[in-house]
Amino acid sequence: MKSLQRFWHRNSPQLFLGELLEKRWMEPIIPFTLTIAVFLVFASTIPNYLKASSLQELMRNFAEQGMVAVAMAFSILSGGLDLSVGAVFAMANFLAIYLYLILGLPLPVMVVLVILFGAAMGAINGGLIAYGKTRPFLTTLVVLIIVRAAYNKVTIAFTNELASIDLGSGVWDFMGSGKILGIPVNMAALIVLAVSTHFFLTRVKPGVHIMAVGSSRKAARHAGVNVKRVLFSAYVISGSIAALAGIFYAARQNSSGTDTGVGWEINALAAVVLGGISLAGGRGTIARAVMGAAIIFMLISGMVRLGISGNLTTAVIGIILLVAVGFNVKWVKNKGKVLQKVYVTPSWVDFEPPPSVERGSGTPFAENDRLKNAEAIALNKIEGPEDIILDRNDNLYTVNRNGSIIRFLAPDYEVREEFARIGGRPLGLAFDKDQNLLVCIAGMGVYGVKPDRTVFKVTDRTTRTRTRLKDDSRLYLADDLDVAPDGKIYFSEASTRYELADWALDGFEGRGNGRLICHDPTTGVTKTVLKNLAFPNGICLSHDGQSVLWASTWLCQINRYWIAGPKAGTSEVLIDNLPGYCDNINRASDGKYWLAFVGLRTPVYDLAMRNPGFRTRMVKQIPPDEWLCPGINFGCVVKFDDNGVVTESLWDPGGQSHPTITSIREHKGYLYIGGLENNRIGRIRLEGADPSWEAHKSYWGGA
Amino acid sequence: MTGNSGARGLKLTQTTAVLAMCAVLIVVFAIFLKGFLTLGNFFALARNISILGILALGMAVVVIGRGLDLSQVASFAASTAIAVILMNSGYTTPVALLIGFVMAILIGVLNGFLISVIEMPPLLTTLASSLAVLGIVRTAAVQHYVVYLSKGHDDFLRLGGNIWGGVPISLLIFIATAVIVHLFLSRTVTGRFVYAHGDNPDAARLTGLPTRPLTMIEYALCAAIGYVGGVVMVAQTALMHLQVAESTLIFDVIMVVVLGGVSLVGGRGSVMSVIAGTLLIGVLLNGMTIMDMDVQTQNIVKGVVLLVAIVLDSRLHPRDEETSKQGD
Repeated sequence: MKSLQRFWHRNSPQLFLGELLEKRWMEPIIPFTLTIAVFLVFASTIPNYLKASSLQELMRNFAEQGMVAVAMAFSILSGGLDLSVGAVFAMANFLAIYLYLILGLPLPVMVVLVILFGAAMGAINGGLIAYGKTRPFLTTLVVLIIVRAAYNKVTIAFTNELASIDLGSGVWDFMGSGKILGIPVNMAALIVLAVSTHFFLTRVKPGVHIMAVGSSRKAARHAGVNVKRVLFSAYVISGSIAALAGIFYAARQNSSGTDTGVGWEINALAAVVLGGISLAGGRGTIARAVMGAAIIFMLISGMVRLGISGNLTTAVIGIILLVAVGFNVKWVKNKGKVLQKVYVTPSWVDFEPPPSVERGSGTPFAENDRLKNAEAIALNKIEGPEDIILDRNDNLYTVNRNGSIIRFLAPDYEVREEFARIGGRPLGLAFDKDQNLLVCIAGMGVYGVKPDRTVFKVTDRTTRTRTRLKDDSRLYLADDLDVAPDGKIYFSEASTRYELADWALDGFEGRGNGRLICHDPTTGVTKTVLKNLAFPNGICLSHDGQSVLWASTWLCQINRYWIAGPKAGTSEVLIDNLPGYCDNINRASDGKYWLAFVGLRTPVYDLAMRNPGFRTRMVKQIPPDEWLCPGINFGCVVKFDDNGVVTESLWDPGGQSHPTITSIREHKGYLYIGGLENNRIGRIRLEGADPSWEAHKSYWGGA
Repeated sequence: MTGNSGARGLKLTQTTAVLAMCAVLIVVFAIFLKGFLTLGNFFALARNISILGILALGMAVVVIGRGLDLSQVASFAASTAIAVILMNSGYTTPVALLIGFVMAILIGVLNGFLISVIEMPPLLTTLASSLAVLGIVRTAAVQHYVVYLSKGHDDFLRLGGNIWGGVPISLLIFIATAVIVHLFLSRTVTGRFVYAHGDNPDAARLTGLPTRPLTMIEYALCAAIGYVGGVVMVAQTALMHLQVAESTLIFDVIMVVVLGGVSLVGGRGSVMSVIAGTLLIGVLLNGMTIMDMDVQTQNIVKGVVLLVAIVLDSRLHPRDEETSKQGD
């Protein structure tokens, strides 16, 4: 029963749901499902709906509406609205017939002129909106009224000519009634238009600028985008596409009726909104506009074929629009909240009571005051030295919160200099054979700094887990690293689900979200070695170079992964049930290892870890500053040997000067202490330690 | 709008500018159009514009509260159509009118609810709700657009007639509505709240104004006043033609409101602005009708005037484009 529960919590469907909601392609899932559903409903209620000729007829009638929806989508994605598309479409339809069939202009000339007309109408809209700073809705509405009135005038004026037109050439007929591979020409044109406009909006600079302006005008302006010109261009494109639709419609109908294009702007607007394109601009794709148009079109045409009155159809469209817009507004507003509530999925962690840490209890963990009088180096000159390392010349390197590597020069460490600036949040440090300083950077990956201070990238991606929805090929939270004798770099990625700032949330999950990754500099290949590790933190090569020791913070374990010898490739738990949350591991001079405890376990938190439901409710229901978090206001460092026996501990009770210790380094008889949130680096003299031992020699030999 | 009416110490506001322009138009029409400056034409003009004026008063309440109600015409068309049907089927006139009134208010409250609680953009909401309301009413009650008022409602029809030798009662209703709306907007707490709401909705909410109920009140008032206009329309013509909802009447209403100086940014303008806008449009329409322009040409002229008004409005009352939302 217990294992079943544990299995459930480890593989909760909520996990899947949370990562599903994060996916960008999830946004149009509702219109997509609706499109399929509407199609299936009509396919099953209308006889012969699925016959090829019937489908072709549907596509032929749909194409122009799809184009008008694409035109509308352009204006909405730019953060505006173009209600004049229906009227421009109608006018273009008339112009196409007039110029080509009545005036007899050559077809290409007519096409160019009509599209120019659409562009000109767009230029009026865009000019007023972008440069005259008028409101898109009213402006385009008035242009709609004017163009519509003009259309009605000209169609009345040319009634006789329109009634007695000669039919056009073969190309014209082909545009109207031809097929390409069984697909009507206008539908093929819509497909080409949709693909090319999608490409334009996502891959080409002016198109991307339209999306940028739609998303945030201010940000776009600050990024140097010419907002006015971009807005102008969006309306010009919108008008041109509407005009193009008018040409195809003219070729198909060869007539220009009083109701041509009436209400198309409303249908297009409904389509775009239904497709899930946000009215706030900048969010959505062309595909969604076409999907929305397909839904509206299928609904209207299907209801007509079912013999439902036009009045009811109007009502249905209105109600669908209301529901869709309302849902869209609420979804956009609350999606983040939903995701936040669903995303954190705590698992079941069953702790044994830990060894006592009480002063005088006799365990190696018993509290003492050995760190209390640590000498402070770089006091207030450093922010958050998560890891520290010393080079052959005794210079001290550490990481700073602002993304730089800071060096304090030997012998007194008074002189501070910025060794390199990389960005991100640098965490674990290690030297390789050539004295390159390698550093894990949260949010970026693994980088290196050569002795001459040039920064180079080691790796920022690994193999992707194919069975997971979330793309985990990028390194989210590289934490600590070490270098094997053969030069391979082993590093931990603490979590693939949370950023560094949300480490506590990963702790609430207590799940194996992290991994151990190996990068081979000779081949440049990065490979995930172990997956599903619970916050793998410190990494250290064993003294014999045969195995990698890694610490699991949330499970309070030290593990050993064999990289050489008979057990190569296998993994084992070295120490279990430690009384604190493990952080970095580093070599000690006597053949043992130093381990930093970032925090201490408490009975309450252990209890909480046994109760996933409690933690779920906590995250959902109370604000973050009231969450029950691991106790991190302690300073404690322990030492263990290759057999997994802890031999001693050093304490700063209450964490007066060294709370949240994340790293310790022994160097020439001294122990250096760093912490994630500290404002100093501590140093104490180690009694009886080898005063000539330094890590670099231990790894790479040499004098 | 370059008229220098500051000569007599009047401040040049949009309202005075519109009034001045109106005066200029009247003078021009009086000189060039035969039959413009007659008492008969004046009453005809008044008769024609009073409905537009009443509707614009309702719209002004919403616009001052930084909203826009595109469903106003659809909602009064639907609710008066229902009232007429009820009157035809034997309900007494007051009861039938009251039911229609309640229906109009409900539509307004629904709009306000969707806009303030669901937080949908006003333009789309009212656009969609007008489709929904019209579609439902036509499906359920009115199959063929027109509802005729049956004979025997002469008392009611008197509302659309004249008294005192030619003064249209609709004009009196317009004046009465204007006075009431003026008193509401300038003398009542709720009225002042409408201004505060439109001036800065966020600040209004933070100061503790009940902005959600307030929005519902605004849209309900718009629909209710619109319903009054609809009743006058029925009284004048003895029928309700639902196609009025598909005409450009709603844009005429917005044009009147915006022209007079009730800016779309909200919190500006007054009943006086609406009256000024109504006069200008009324004179313009009357002049164009006398000139025998066809409807399409009238629409084009109106459209151009509205475009000018919108550009002027955005010049005179610039809005913060960086934070402006879709559907403005």
